[in-house]
Amino acid sequence: MATYAYILLVLPLIAFAVQMFFGKRLPRGGDFVSIVAVLLTMAIALAMLAIMFVLYNPSFTLEHTFQWIDIGEFQVSLGLYLDNVTLIMLFVVALISSVVHVYSIGYMEGDPGYHRYFGFLSLFTFSMNGLVLSSGFFSIFIFWELVGLSSYLLIGFWYEKDSASDAGKKAFLVNRIGDVGMLIGIMLIWSVIGSFNFQHIFHAVENEALHGSLLSIAGIMVFMGAIGKSAQFPLHVWLPDAMEGPTPVSALIHAATMVAAGVYMTVRIFPILTVDAQLVIAYVGGFTALFAATIAVTQNDIKRVLAYSTVSQLGYMIMALGVGHYVAGFFHLVTHASFKALLFLGSGSVIHAMHHGLHKTGKDDLDPQDMRNMGGLRRKMPVTYVTFLIATLAISGIPFTSGFISKDAILSGSLAFALVNPQHFLLPVFGFGAAVLTAFYMFRQVFMTFHGKPVHEEAYSHVHESPQTMLVPLGILAMFSVFVFYVFPSINPFSSHGWFEALVIKPGSVAGERAAEMAENFEHALHGAHLPAMITSLVVASIGILLAYLFYLRKSLSADRWAKKLQPLYKLSFNKYYMDEIYDSGIVQPFLRACKSLAIFDMDWYDKIIIDGFAYVTRAISRVSRWVDDKIVDGLIVNGIGKIVLFTGSLVRIFQTGRLQQYLMMMLFGIIIIFAFLVF
Amino acid sequence: MNHLLVYLIIGAILFVLGLFTVISRRNAIAVLMGVELILNAANINFVAFAKFSSATLDGHIFGIFVIILAAAEAAVALAIVLNIYNNFRTINVDEASSLRG
Amino acid sequence: MLGQIIFYVFAGITVLSAGVVAFSRKLVYSVFALLFTFFGVAGLYVFLEADFLAAVQLLIYVGGVLVLLLFGIMLTNRVADINISQGNTNRIVGGIASLGMLGITLYILFDTPWNTIGEKVMPETVSTIGELLMTRWLLPFEAASVLLLAALIGAAMLARRSGEGEGA
Repeated sequence: MATYAYILLVLPLIAFAVQMFFGKRLPRGGDFVSIVAVLLTMAIALAMLAIMFVLYNPSFTLEHTFQWIDIGEFQVSLGLYLDNVTLIMLFVVALISSVVHVYSIGYMEGDPGYHRYFGFLSLFTFSMNGLVLSSGFFSIFIFWELVGLSSYLLIGFWYEKDSASDAGKKAFLVNRIGDVGMLIGIMLIWSVIGSFNFQHIFHAVENEALHGSLLSIAGIMVFMGAIGKSAQFPLHVWLPDAMEGPTPVSALIHAATMVAAGVYMTVRIFPILTVDAQLVIAYVGGFTALFAATIAVTQNDIKRVLAYSTVSQLGYMIMALGVGHYVAGFFHLVTHASFKALLFLGSGSVIHAMHHGLHKTGKDDLDPQDMRNMGGLRRKMPVTYVTFLIATLAISGIPFTSGFISKDAILSGSLAFALVNPQHFLLPVFGFGAAVLTAFYMFRQVFMTFHGKPVHEEAYSHVHESPQTMLVPLGILAMFSVFVFYVFPSINPFSSHGWFEALVIKPGSVAGERAAEMAENFEHALHGAHLPAMITSLVVASIGILLAYLFYLRKSLSADRWAKKLQPLYKLSFNKYYMDEIYDSGIVQPFLRACKSLAIFDMDWYDKIIIDGFAYVTRAISRVSRWVDDKIVDGLIVNGIGKIVLFTGSLVRIFQTGRLQQYLMMMLFGIIIIFAFLVF
Repeated sequence: MNHLLVYLIIGAILFVLGLFTVISRRNAIAVLMGVELILNAANINFVAFAKFSSATLDGHIFGIFVIILAAAEAAVALAIVLNIYNNFRTINVDEASSLRG
Repeated sequence: MLGQIIFYVFAGITVLSAGVVAFSRKLVYSVFALLFTFFGVAGLYVFLEADFLAAVQLLIYVGGVLVLLLFGIMLTNRVADINISQGNTNRIVGGIASLGMLGITLYILFDTPWNTIGEKVMPETVSTIGELLMTRWLLPFEAASVLLLAALIGAAMLARRSGEGEGA
């Protein structure tokens, strides 16, 4: 099993390498390399899933680690950790990734960066798989960053567009902010426990190695990474901008998998979350769910609506984990992956057709993504319409869909939590409020796009259904949005019992007695809260759909008039509560100003005084050295020797008169002296 | 006249006088004259020894040779002096100091 | 008795003339004093029973060398040059050196035990000398003749050059 996992992990990486180096030269841009790799990955994931069904063991775990760094006291082990959650997640990633790969053949046809696109997709698949398989914080962080990198590369895929490259940078930077918190949390855990491995950490926490407020802080800090990655408030600002990337990318990364990585990580560290940490998580998730839903209501860009919807749904998942409904949170992650990806791919199909239509009629200045330019598309694009509708039903929580079961579970979880801890009544308010709005804006989207009269008749006449490569994935995902797949052997559409609940069990908390106690109380309340929650969710969903119907289909209520009536609210919602502007003026601009002043410090003061000062000192020293060289070495020693030689020479020259007589005289003197020596 | 030493002394005096002439006279021809004096002194020595210390006439032969050489040398030297005179217009040995250091 | 006096007269002439040669300011005086020196030396030769040598001395020195010197003086006579007084340094230092030399020589002369062989009969000089020249001293004789030839040619060439008036 472990070997399969490693193969699964490595295949997309190889595809990425091949694509990047040889992609341009291969026929068809080498897309088949990535597609084959991802389909093989899917096959392996399917096989592993099959094994899971055969074993049908809720406590199935498999861990395989190896020592990566071993330097004295510092040891890091890497490896993989498989349990049912991992296997299901692997399958989800593989499914959505393969679907998106196939869809992209049609969608990205003719794009000049075709080979690069598939290379990045493979890189993402590899990174996501690595994240899912991680056995400890160290490797999860590595893949966390890799996933962030893939996201950056893919958001800014059309890098010639300023808005796209800016969006990529924004995504990466905002993620980074979350990662700071995550790193602090990881380091905190490591400094106390000394290991990165999840299982070791769980055991250590169980043994009270890390407890109390320090454990809470560690948990919250690590969760900050999830806030960044899963676009929770206040780090949600990057996700709407990430829609600049190609639509299949949005489907894969920003709907189904990468943003779910935050949720997945929270799932992984669930056992060490203290009560306080869980509360923080729950409120963050709940608030985000409602907050994003309020923004989605007024958006006109088809992808923006879906982006805020994603933020909202992620909020649901996080809230579920926060209140302690582990299974529901993960369940919603899995179901949401299918129908959100389907929504995005469907919108991609619509955009593709709209673009074609507008282009043909020469109205290129109109935005093909603006829903106000659409209308009545269901007649022209039936398959797209049907699949889109199924997904919308799922997200709104209508029975017979997978989304109904998972959303229902979350809402009952929040209700149960409030019942046990009445002071946290806001959580179900958040949940049900978001449910109303979700149903409203999703059906608003459907009615505006597919129903009614087309806004631009001419463009409308040129619109046609998308090619097979784009429709088949839609069909597959629609299939997975039906409830059956998640609850068999039971076929009750209203019940969440089935293999999923059987195999995915909530791990016991090791974060102290209070947490365990809370979990126990929660479980008891859950049974009682189930029915009321289901009824309430059906009611609110119906209200939402009804409102959407009235506003946008029957047009008995005018959306514009109501928008004017609620002008301030409308403006707040439409401008996403001015969050980007607040960040810009509050954080970005002051930071840039600080940077500028530092630059001035560096250039004017440091450079001039210190650097130039050094130069001045060096020159002064060299002048002194020169003086020494000139006067002392040259003057005294070198010239001195010369002068001595000349002087001696001039002395000796006296004897060299050139006159023979004087030579003779000197000879005589010599003889006399010698004689004198000899005799005396 | 019967004493070797007298002749030797005379020779010595002649030699020294000739030496002084060579050293201290500025005219080239005067220097030559000093050289002649020296040679003559040497000759006297030879002959004196031939008379008083030798049974043969070798001293006389030497004397003859010395005279021959003196003559030859005087001739050549004078030719040189005349050459110098014609070229430099002076025979002052102090002027002939081209080889000075 | 007489012999002694005459001997001392000759010795005196020789030495005094040599003195004149050395110390005279006028060149012509020096030349003529040299003449007298040669005569004196010849006389001394006679006293040393070297009659042949005396004759040769007179012939060659007086008749040859002296004449040559006189010619040289006459050819290079410039009134301004010759009678300029000697440099003092040369004279004084030269005088000291010469006196030193004299001292050394006299010291040697008086210190060395000369090997005299007393009275002996000198053989007949001319024939003996001639005989010696041809037998024992043949090589030097021939060498001397070659040398004389060389001197002859050399002097002639030098004189010829100066005669043609070529530059230095």
